[in-house]
Amino acid sequence: MMASSYNAKEEDGHHSGASSHGGAGAVKSKKPDNTAFKQQRLPAWQPILTAGTVLPAFFVIGLIFIPIGIGLFVSSNNIKEFEIDYTGVGESSPCHSCAKNFSWNSTTPCLCSVDFTLEQPFESNVFMYYGLSNFYQNHRRYVKSRDDSQLNGDRSALTSPSKECEPYRTSEGLPIAPCGAIANSLFNDTLELYHIDANGTSNSIPLVKKGIAWWTDKHVKFRNPGGNGNLTVAFQGTNKPVNWRRPVYELDPSDSENNGFINEDFIVWMRTAALPTFRKLYRIIQKKPSSTPTLPSGKYVLNITYNYPVLSFDGRKRMILSTISWMGGKNPFLGIAYITVGSICFFLGVVLLIIHHKYDTRNNSADIPN
Amino acid sequence: MARESEDPAMTKASKVKRQRKKKPKENKTRTVHANILYDNAKGEENPNRHYANNEIKTTKYTLLSFLPKNLFEQFHRFANVYFVFIALLNFVPVVNAFQPELALAPVVFILSVTAIKDLWEDYRRHRSDQEINHMDCLVYSRAERRYVEKYWKELRVGDFIRLRCNEILPADVLLLSSSDPDRLCHIETATLDGETNLKQRQVVRSFYDLDCDFNPLKYNSIIECEKPNNDLNRFRGYIIHRSGRRDALYKENLLLRGCTIRNTEEAVGIVIYAGHETKAMLNNNGPRYKRSKLERQMNVDVFWCVIILLVMCLFAAVGHGLWMFQYGDKRPVFDVLSPEGTDLSPIMSAIYLFLTMIIVFQVLIPISLFVSIEIVKICQVYFIHQDMELYDEETDSHLQCRALNITEDLGQMQYIFSDKTGTLTENKMVFRRCTVAGVEYSHDANARRLAMYQEMDSEEEECTSHGGTLPRRDSVTTHGLQQPHGQCSSPPTSVLIPLCCVLSTDNPSSVLQEKDITPDPQLLDKVNDCSSQMDFMRFHSQPTSQLPSDLADIIDFFIALTICNTVVVSSPNQPRQKPRTQGPLLWCNLFMFFLFCTTWGVVSIFSRKEFNFSPVHLATFPTKTASKGCSSLLSSPSAESTLTKLDEEQTPRGLEHAFSPVPPCYDGKGWNLEEGELRYEAESPDEAALVYAARAYKCSLVGRLPDQVTVELPHLGKLSFELLHTLGFDSTRKRMSVVVRHPLTDQITVYTKGADSVIMDLIRPPDTGSSKGKRQKKIVNRTQNYLNLYAADGLRTLCIAKKILSKEQYACWLQRHLEAETAIQGREELLFESALRLETNLHLLGATGIEDRLQDGVPETIASLRKAGLQIWVLTGDKQETAVNIAYACKLLDPEEEILTLNADSQVSIGRDSTEQIYSSSSPSSHSSSHTAAPFTVHRLGLVIDGRTLAYALDKSLEDKFLAVARSCRSVLCCRSTPLQKSMVVKLVRNKLKVMTLAIGDGANDVSMIQVADVGVGISGQEGMQAVMASDFALPRFRYLQKLLLVHGHWCYSRLANMILYFFYKNAMFVALIFWYQFYCGFSGSAMIDQWYLIFFNLMFSAFPQLITGTLDKDVSAETLQQLPQLYVNGQNSEEYKPYMFWMNMIDAFYQSLVCFFIPYFAYADSDVDLFTWGTPITTLALFTILVHLGIETKTWTWMNWLSIAFSIALFFTVALCYNASCPTCYTPSNPYWTMQRLLQDPLFYLLCVITPLVALLPRYFYRACQGTLFPSPVQVGRQLDKLPAETRRNILSLSRVKMHLIETFHCWPIRELVLVLCSSFSCACKRIKTWIRRHCGLESALIFLRRFLCSKAQQKHVSVSLN
Repeated sequence: MMASSYNAKEEDGHHSGASSHGGAGAVKSKKPDNTAFKQQRLPAWQPILTAGTVLPAFFVIGLIFIPIGIGLFVSSNNIKEFEIDYTGVGESSPCHSCAKNFSWNSTTPCLCSVDFTLEQPFESNVFMYYGLSNFYQNHRRYVKSRDDSQLNGDRSALTSPSKECEPYRTSEGLPIAPCGAIANSLFNDTLELYHIDANGTSNSIPLVKKGIAWWTDKHVKFRNPGGNGNLTVAFQGTNKPVNWRRPVYELDPSDSENNGFINEDFIVWMRTAALPTFRKLYRIIQKKPSSTPTLPSGKYVLNITYNYPVLSFDGRKRMILSTISWMGGKNPFLGIAYITVGSICFFLGVVLLIIHHKYDTRNNSADIPN
Repeated sequence: MARESEDPAMTKASKVKRQRKKKPKENKTRTVHANILYDNAKGEENPNRHYANNEIKTTKYTLLSFLPKNLFEQFHRFANVYFVFIALLNFVPVVNAFQPELALAPVVFILSVTAIKDLWEDYRRHRSDQEINHMDCLVYSRAERRYVEKYWKELRVGDFIRLRCNEILPADVLLLSSSDPDRLCHIETATLDGETNLKQRQVVRSFYDLDCDFNPLKYNSIIECEKPNNDLNRFRGYIIHRSGRRDALYKENLLLRGCTIRNTEEAVGIVIYAGHETKAMLNNNGPRYKRSKLERQMNVDVFWCVIILLVMCLFAAVGHGLWMFQYGDKRPVFDVLSPEGTDLSPIMSAIYLFLTMIIVFQVLIPISLFVSIEIVKICQVYFIHQDMELYDEETDSHLQCRALNITEDLGQMQYIFSDKTGTLTENKMVFRRCTVAGVEYSHDANARRLAMYQEMDSEEEECTSHGGTLPRRDSVTTHGLQQPHGQCSSPPTSVLIPLCCVLSTDNPSSVLQEKDITPDPQLLDKVNDCSSQMDFMRFHSQPTSQLPSDLADIIDFFIALTICNTVVVSSPNQPRQKPRTQGPLLWCNLFMFFLFCTTWGVVSIFSRKEFNFSPVHLATFPTKTASKGCSSLLSSPSAESTLTKLDEEQTPRGLEHAFSPVPPCYDGKGWNLEEGELRYEAESPDEAALVYAARAYKCSLVGRLPDQVTVELPHLGKLSFELLHTLGFDSTRKRMSVVVRHPLTDQITVYTKGADSVIMDLIRPPDTGSSKGKRQKKIVNRTQNYLNLYAADGLRTLCIAKKILSKEQYACWLQRHLEAETAIQGREELLFESALRLETNLHLLGATGIEDRLQDGVPETIASLRKAGLQIWVLTGDKQETAVNIAYACKLLDPEEEILTLNADSQVSIGRDSTEQIYSSSSPSSHSSSHTAAPFTVHRLGLVIDGRTLAYALDKSLEDKFLAVARSCRSVLCCRSTPLQKSMVVKLVRNKLKVMTLAIGDGANDVSMIQVADVGVGISGQEGMQAVMASDFALPRFRYLQKLLLVHGHWCYSRLANMILYFFYKNAMFVALIFWYQFYCGFSGSAMIDQWYLIFFNLMFSAFPQLITGTLDKDVSAETLQQLPQLYVNGQNSEEYKPYMFWMNMIDAFYQSLVCFFIPYFAYADSDVDLFTWGTPITTLALFTILVHLGIETKTWTWMNWLSIAFSIALFFTVALCYNASCPTCYTPSNPYWTMQRLLQDPLFYLLCVITPLVALLPRYFYRACQGTLFPSPVQVGRQLDKLPAETRRNILSLSRVKMHLIETFHCWPIRELVLVLCSSFSCACKRIKTWIRRHCGLESALIFLRRFLCSKAQQKHVSVSLN
């Protein structure tokens, strides 16, 4: 206080001449500026929320939302989807024996096949998903259990993976590649689809396994160490994850471009699902150039190499065939939501209209309690 | 006084010895030696080396200590510790939820923001320290044998410094020499206490009669004084001379650092305290820290947040345990083992999870809330500072917020405790009437003149306020009298007014009028008569005692007015403002003196030298030299000298010595020329008023020296009164006295001036036997009557009395007084007792009535504050009648209401009285037996209580009763209360009634009250700055309180309350999203919101809009708030932030988060969406929802609101896009590479962005709309009022004013009828209004309904017609 309050030089001027008021003019007035900002008079829009003023908003929302909702609903309904659970819980289920006997430790694959019928033909591209239920891929420790540097082909991370991968970091003294729980629990069922045509012959349906992962994942995030050269050499000195049967560089023996960390099935799996019930894209069934539907209606057989045990945690495995539209897969929720909200808004608008008419005007002697 | 130069070695040796001897005493005193005795001021030898040097360092930190010290200070805030704890928790691998480094970010950010702020402040302090440390001063250098320029910081204790006029004192300096012939030094202490009147300081007595320049080389005394302390008004010590003689030192000898030398060409002193040990620095306390009510309330809710947090964590932990448990031994693949590979049991897992959840949910405790509140408060303070309407042109000062953190308390006040003088009134005293010897002089002409001024003033006000008058420093001190004195005797007002108008070109005319008094012709005649008689008698050597007693009283009365004060005379134009006869006048005097001498044949004993010194002293007697400096204020010379003087006085002397040589013929022109320039600087405005009043009767004070007062009387010319003692004013004695030797009668006379209550008790009981005694008694009675009359007029009364002491009495008293003065222990008490002994058996001379005009706009302000629901209590030291009258004048009391007066003599009676009075006044309407009767009479009672009764009432046993009585009264007036009582009353009300109190005052006597109240407001008025220094807010005028409370208080409160609520909502809403997610991730503590978003959401993305809204939002315009003070009740009842609102907000937050969670949940259910591709839209939706929520709560949308919201959204997307594109492998575990980019291509994302915020906010929006229509709060009505066209609004407001007026005129029930009548006249008298009015007796609601009817356009015309 004291420190800042004296200023000898400045004071001299007008104090020495004590009463000479001529000198006072030199003193800078402390008068605040008369600006809109400083006087808090900025021009402003002052909405007042009353029934009368918000009324139009409700009706407008109602009028906009309902058509959108209908549009969404219709477009969702146009999507064709077929889903089949092949977990094999029930006694009658074809995969029951596989499900019962299988565990991570099994060395030989268990095969089973499920028949199903498509009532309607699937036009355009069909996406084939596998779906898991009750599988908590979003568990905190599970989500963390990976090493992105390793997956990006970083050599040092390959040999000494991040601590986050514990306890799936090393096995038998060698670093695991890819390390971590996510990789360790890679979904390893193999699904094959056969169409049984009218004369009973089954035709294998070509399943495209490329293009199922995000482009950025495949080309930026995931990289093999030392490029796509000899993966066997690149991964030397590492061990395969505990639950895996084959090392990472043999994930897709048929296509060397789809091996190692850039195996698309692997990449898809590594993108951990948000919710415990999820589906992951497995294959794409390309639309045929001719006008025949991609999957004509009729009988199909799904051949499963049953590798993945889920019964221990009450999990379910499904195979889903779906077409997609501009807004993704089949999900009528948004359409319904839009319609509902639109209707509610419309209804509230009416309520407000009544309130407005009743209370913002005068003929209201009826509702007075005594 | 040994000043012979001696061997320095010897001196040193003796000093060292002395010092050793004093060692035990070292703790209590400080010994100061002159530095020049030592070769090197910094040497080992120097006994002063232990004292602080003059370099000041107000900075808190050094470069090195900044980090640890600042961090340490910041960790005093609990929240910071909490957040650091959480951040550290992240480093524990088992529980960590985020990347540990990232989790540190917010804490580090918050800490560093505060640290940077502190650093900047510290740097500014450092800069100003540097500036001050490098100011120049003249220090005596032994080597160069002259004064050399040095920096302030180089100054050391024991240095001699030379000070020139207008220099600022660099340290506390003991005054050793002054160029002033009277050995005085004038200082201005404005920087210390804000008092702008000049103060006199005296040279240490032993150096008093140095005739030539002070030579530091010859100085070899030792000073012993107190240890440094912060009491500005105390300095004790003594100076020990070489000879061993001791002389006492007083505060009058000490010049304090920071003061400015005025009117003194040069002074020399020795530094006693330097640097941080100076009194100014010791007084320099930091700003006060108060916690506002809102903040207290907020802390409760922060506590609730902690509970909610713990409950949520506990819930999740239990959930996790159960989830783990259901799998039993079959560990699923996704349940990862602990890093160590060990299998965690469900219970351990749950415990770890609990900690993890605390980290994840930490945002619930709003980390940025505290910082945001501080930022908003600083902005609010800035805007209050900038308000033009709170700027006082006249004093060029605006409102100061001294406490930065209680702005919102201004909006919640319930009780105002106000001082009267200087707060409600101008404290610019105007002499109005007086009574002398039982005869009243009404000064009608003066009153008429004042009335005319007032009119002119009000007319002029508008043009001056626009024209921008020049700023004025202080009305009492800076305005000399431009009006020639001679005019006073010619009363015609018509002449005066144009004159003043001319003069007022640079002076507001209101200032001039206070000084000018048109004398009462009758009294003027008497004065002239009297003085001419005295003159006559003097010429004929008749003793003045033969004067008729009433005439003698008159002249004594004026002499008392003139000298019984501490007014300093100065003339503005001279650099040395000593009123002296100089130049031709001196010669005139000389000539007259010789003429006089020859005529009377008296041999002058004056030495030629002294003659030169002070020609005005001519009339004083030869003993003067010995008695020099005998008394100034409470000091007196050493005992022996006074006593010798007293002996001398016993010898009879000729009366003629006392006479001024200036014959009456001379006083027409020459004197007046000089006097016109004289101005009086008084410590209190009353004194100045009285001196000016006396001057109107040509009794002018022309000079005051510590030992002598020179008065000019008509016909008699200049008389010099030897001032023996001044017994200063104190609030306990309520009077002051001067002891003078009357030059005419040579009697020792005591003049006392004081509050009538005390003086009247001290009057010598008249001897009823003699006729003189009867007459005396009659005079006393009549004076008492007049006093009552004055008080009833609202005038401040003072009684003037005198007492003549015989030599023996005086000697007797003096002896004991000197003892008291020289006492070391309890000097103050002894002096007090000594004063009491003297002031007895007084002879009443008369009384004065001084008007203290109400400040502009006080009645209006009080009326509107009262309409705002504020209880206003006035606590004043003034007498009851005056106070009551002022209270009526400022509409505090209403003629309609019954006044309950409590004047009791004992505790029992007050208890009885008060209850009785209550019952009696409320009896017509209530059953007298129950105590609850009181509240029914709320609008009808005013309570007046005096100091003595208050003392009883404040007793523990009665305070409840007193409060009950006081509460039932509409206004309370405490008169004659001491400062302590004031603070006790405030404390009592604050603590017992649990209300928010505001104390406003201007003087030192209000300081304690200001400190006790929740909010202390100081008026930076006439009485110095003590009140301002103690206050939280300083106002230039009382009326500004209205805008400060009603507008700024309301705004600050509602803004901050809304912001705090919003903060709680925002954090809860955001955290709840993660909580819902726990149900879908096995309560594993996983978060779908990327940790970056989670951590920076509060800090960056959603921070700005709320700050803007918290700073700028106006719920109701300033005009409406002032026109409808009722809206203030909003803050008083804490209606913006009630406890239930916190919970409502929480519920709303949970609802909104449910919406924001589950709409994306269902939209993405059973899809191939991954964790963060799903979480990012949720974050976005939450951000939109939160921003739109703020939008709904924002009342005023300026471009800044729009901008801040746009900025927030843009910032979010920019950050998200950059973040998601920056690094494909970093940011484990979320690794959101390209997520946002993909989302932006997804139509689903946009569809969600539209529907989710809408659904989330639909209930709130709908509720607000319904509320606005169905049950609007008064504030909302006010807002609606804002929107109306100006014409309609004016009509409604005038209607409300009519209504308020009616309320005041009649009482509650007729108004109800009246409103109904009004309503029915609009043909809309519906039952609803009636019900409303019935329900709420208050009429605000009626008004609201009226407004609603008025709103419908069909009726608008109708209303304006019927109102006009």
